[in-house]
Amino acid sequence: MDENKTPVDWNRLAAKPEFHALLGRKARFIIKATIFFMAYYLALPILVGYAPDFMKTKVFGEVNVAYLFAFSQFFMAWIMAFVYVRVASKWDKEAAAVIADVK
Amino acid sequence: MSISLIMFLCFVGFTLLITFWAAKRNTGASAYFAAGRSITGWQNGLAVAGDYMSAASFLGISGMICFSGYDGFMYSVGFLVAYITVLLIVAEPLRNAGKYTMADLLAYRMSPRPVRALASLSTLTVSTFYMIAQMVGAGGIIKELIHVPFAPAVIGVGLLMLVYVVFGGMLATTWVQIVKALLLMAGAVLLSYLVLQHHGFSLATFFEAVSKADYAGTAEPKNLLEPGLKYGIAAAGPWGPLDLVSLGLGLVLGTAGLPHILVRFYTVPDAKTARSSVVWAMAIIGLFYIMTTFFGFGAATILKKSLILTESGAPNPNMVAPILAHELGGELFFSFISAVAFATILAVVAGLTMSASASFAHDFYSNVIHHGKENRPGAEVKVARITAFVVGAVSIGIAIFLGPSVNAAFLVGLAFAVAASANLPVIIFSVFWKRFNTSGAVAGLSVGLISSIVLILLSPSGIFGKEAPFPLQNPGIVSIPLGFLAAYLGTILTARDPEAESKFAELSVRAHTGLGAEKATSH
Repeated sequence: MDENKTPVDWNRLAAKPEFHALLGRKARFIIKATIFFMAYYLALPILVGYAPDFMKTKVFGEVNVAYLFAFSQFFMAWIMAFVYVRVASKWDKEAAAVIADVK
Repeated sequence: MSISLIMFLCFVGFTLLITFWAAKRNTGASAYFAAGRSITGWQNGLAVAGDYMSAASFLGISGMICFSGYDGFMYSVGFLVAYITVLLIVAEPLRNAGKYTMADLLAYRMSPRPVRALASLSTLTVSTFYMIAQMVGAGGIIKELIHVPFAPAVIGVGLLMLVYVVFGGMLATTWVQIVKALLLMAGAVLLSYLVLQHHGFSLATFFEAVSKADYAGTAEPKNLLEPGLKYGIAAAGPWGPLDLVSLGLGLVLGTAGLPHILVRFYTVPDAKTARSSVVWAMAIIGLFYIMTTFFGFGAATILKKSLILTESGAPNPNMVAPILAHELGGELFFSFISAVAFATILAVVAGLTMSASASFAHDFYSNVIHHGKENRPGAEVKVARITAFVVGAVSIGIAIFLGPSVNAAFLVGLAFAVAASANLPVIIFSVFWKRFNTSGAVAGLSVGLISSIVLILLSPSGIFGKEAPFPLQNPGIVSIPLGFLAAYLGTILTARDPEAESKFAELSVRAHTGLGAEKATSH
């Protein structure tokens, strides 16, 4: 197991303003993203259960709102993943800067 | 039937080869528990996807869609979207701050013994329910496929699984999942292609047939594209819609608390690879679920009712995919799909046993009983192997006792609800809330665990049957908030824990920067 040779001063690192800034950015993104995807996702069983007639409305041929909305969830998930990976790459750089002075 | 047997034996032989290859490379705890952290992003993506595309997904959901249409599709959506929770909140902090098990993260800054003991209990509970469901499914399939009676079938599955786990460890179970995932995708692609071909490659024709699905003319047509056939008020009573929301909540939050999925993130070299593996998994799983809708819906237009009912006339949902394969591709395709379905179950069972036994050995034995000191080198691994044996034997026994007709989906749904109620609140608060203390962790784990299990027992699928006091099949909408609330109150209402708070700096820096994370071992 490779441990650092000199013990790491975690408190010093945690106190750095860059670290606080990073955590703040992460928290804001993750909270907003979570509210969005949970709302989008939970809308599906809620609408299906409580607004079934609306959901049964046909859009293309036999394909109805319910099917399209469920199908869109897959794309929402993939887009969410793509967006997250882009944002997280930026965070990687910021995190590396925070620990850059650790021997 | 002999083609099935040959295919089946070929696949088993091949995966045994993988196991013995892995056994030679298995030196030390990191190799046994975490595959030496040598798994790459796409490999782990496949392994996670493989773990996820269990019998319930491949056989169960396609069956549910075949019989209940759209409402089955809802399961697929939930299963996929759940990975956003994993990606955004859990995967990277876990990899950065833990070593072998989920409890490593939970116990990071808490008083280790109570938290690890409860986390281990929760892991064992979730894994056991999940495992029994798979064993029952496996026994049922073997029984249909090669006409071996249920009990010996279950025992055979259990023994094979034990060989994988005891000798191969995480490396073997990971590679078995990867191979299995590839075969499953191939099978699904072919099945979907054949379904579309049957409808002249026209989506319009396909959807029209589904909207008037009449099981090749042997039943009254029904519109399978319409929601509500299973969970609507007409079908399921006034609580149906709320039950669906509860199920949805359990599904989307449960994956992030499933120990046997989380443990896969320890097999990659670093957090960034953990992240990319989740993305790979989402791509594969998403595509897979879209395909299951094609062959699930398609089956309802192609298969006669008589093919997919049991002797007593009840629907046999687990066999829809293989029977469709038989109808569209003959004996050969049927054997291939069945062998893959079986391998699917075997691999998942191995993964579950792996994580449950790792939890017992690492969390309970090493940390709770022996206070974190390994008394002899290799003891932890040895205990894990013995635990695997015991866990395997116990679940074989329970599966045989319950018999082939127990509702496997019910058990898997329970596993998700428990994971979301007991594990997830504590994971989130540990990483993101400084004030969180041991009492909070203990409260969250125990209340989540107890409330979900009690509510299941009191539900219509539990011990009271139709007279059940709790009207929902899935306890998620009650037990998950309870888990969060208990963890919160358990913290706020008890004394501050200066040690837990002082370690927050370390956990936070580790989780968010990866400094000091467990590195890969070289072979």
